[in-house]
This record gives sequence, C-alpha cells and structure tokens, in this order.
Amino acid sequence: MIGVLQFPGSNCDYDVLRALKDVVKTDARMVFFKNQDLSDLDGLVVPGGFSYGDHLRAGAIAAKMEVMDKVKSLAAQGKPVLGICNGFQILCESGLLPGALGRNTGVKFVCKWVELEVENTTSAFTSLYTKGEKIRMPIAHGEGRYLCDEKTLKELKKDGQIAFTYVGENPNGSLENIAGVCNREGNVLGLMPHPERASEKLLGGEDGRRVFEAMVNYIKSRK
Amino acid sequence: MDVEIVVKLKKGLLNPEAKTIEKSLGLLGYKNVSDFDTKRVFLMKLDAKSAEDAVKQADEMCRRLLVNPVIQDYEITVK
Repeated sequence: MIGVLQFPGSNCDYDVLRALKDVVKTDARMVFFKNQDLSDLDGLVVPGGFSYGDHLRAGAIAAKMEVMDKVKSLAAQGKPVLGICNGFQILCESGLLPGALGRNTGVKFVCKWVELEVENTTSAFTSLYTKGEKIRMPIAHGEGRYLCDEKTLKELKKDGQIAFTYVGENPNGSLENIAGVCNREGNVLGLMPHPERASEKLLGGEDGRRVFEAMVNYIKSRK
Repeated sequence: MDVEIVVKLKKGLLNPEAKTIEKSLGLLGYKNVSDFDTKRVFLMKLDAKSAEDAVKQADEMCRRLLVNPVIQDYEITVK
C-alpha cells in the first residue's frame, strides 16, 4: 500500500493517486496529514501543490507538521518516500533531503515540458531508467532553484545522489542543472518535474511512469 | 516584549526579486542604483522573562520554522 500525503493546499494528490492506482495498478490510498496511522504503508508520495499557500517558504510549514515525524520514521525503515515539486520542497525543508529550493532566477512561475538526463539508476525510483537516458516531463513551479553549499554538492556527486538534471536550458537557475536528488540510501527522492503528469500517452508523454513502476518494484523486492 | 527578526538570503546567493526590482528602477531612469537588496522582517509581541529569554525563544523559532539555514541568515532584535 502506497500513501499519497495531503496537506491543505496540495493539488496534485489525485493525479498521483491515479498514476499509482490506474496506470501502475498498485494499491494506494490518500493520507490526510492529521491524526494518521501510517503503519500499513509500504511507501509514500508527497505530491505537488501549494501547501499552506506557499507562505513563509514553499513547503516550510508542511515540513514541520507532526505527520512528518512519521514520514521520517518510514524513511528510516528503508521504505520509499517520493517528493514531487512542492513535495520535494517539503522533503528538503524537513531535512529528509539535503539542500533547499529558492525562487527561480527568472522570477516567473515556469510551466512547460523539459528534457531531463537520468544521472542515477540505483535509487528506489530510478532503477528502470538507463544512465544518461534523456526523458521528458513537465515542470510547474516558481521556487525550484536547487541550492546547497559546496560541501553538500561534493557529497551529492560522490554518493551519486543527483538523480535528474535539466538538459539544455536550465529553467530555474538550479545549481549544476539539478532537477532531483535522493538521499544517500536511495529510498528518498525529491524532484521538481512531475512524473505523474507524464505517466500516460494521453497526457503527452509516458517517461514519468517508470518512477512509480520502479517504486513498486522496490517495495516488492523488500518483501 | 517587541521582537523583530530580519531574514535575508545568505551573502553571495542571487536574489532574483532584488535583481528584478533593480532592473525596473533602471527602466524608470534610476541608472545610479546598485546592490539593491530585499529582506524580510517578522514582528511579534513575545511574553518573556527578560530580553535574553526573548532572544532565546525567538532564536528557537528561527531554527525550527522561520529560517532555512541552507539559504538564509537572520538577526534578532528585542525592543
């Protein structure tokens, strides 16, 4: 069972649930952030949106909610946790992933399809891609500029934690074109692009589906 | 006690908002503006035993929620 975590202001929750249940055909359920028992979950997705209206900093308030302690506990057990867009911002703000997401250098909210290069194929979410493969997914964000200090960047490179990079134009000014990073163990991934919006032909592309398929495979391999 | 917390981007980090405003001032004819910057100010009334205690409480709030130490610095003033 995979959970889709809803905060006030999450708005990609149903898209993710559809990608999991109807496209990848796995068991999934919504998880509202209040008073939740997460013990039945094998994995969790923190979807995109504008939790708490993006006030203070994108993802900052959601990241401090009590449910995030339970999410940290899931991650510590080795269960896969995926953060998409606002979910990525929440995972960074909570400390589950290194770095931070700042305002796009162009200031504008950027909403378009982008080309990505797969840098890591060993994480729980990227095992069905080949290294160096070019894929397409849409982005839609105003605060997606990945930032971290030099020491962290060195560690990310050394440990292969950079999962995806933007190819060609850097849409938001991210450091080293970084579009997604994972933790050292590879069971927590955050990315600004939306794999759920690229999970069916009807949506304009299917390159994102393998993120969810790999997550399901990873869960099966743990059992 | 009145507490003021000023939060700004760490030195050296690009502030896209400030750059955009600086450019706009240039378009209005203010060509002599440089190093334009923006900060964020949080104001609050805080029930505290002393100024020291107020700073301690405000500092904890900064570390727990108000500031992202990866990209931001902050200064606390008690009035």
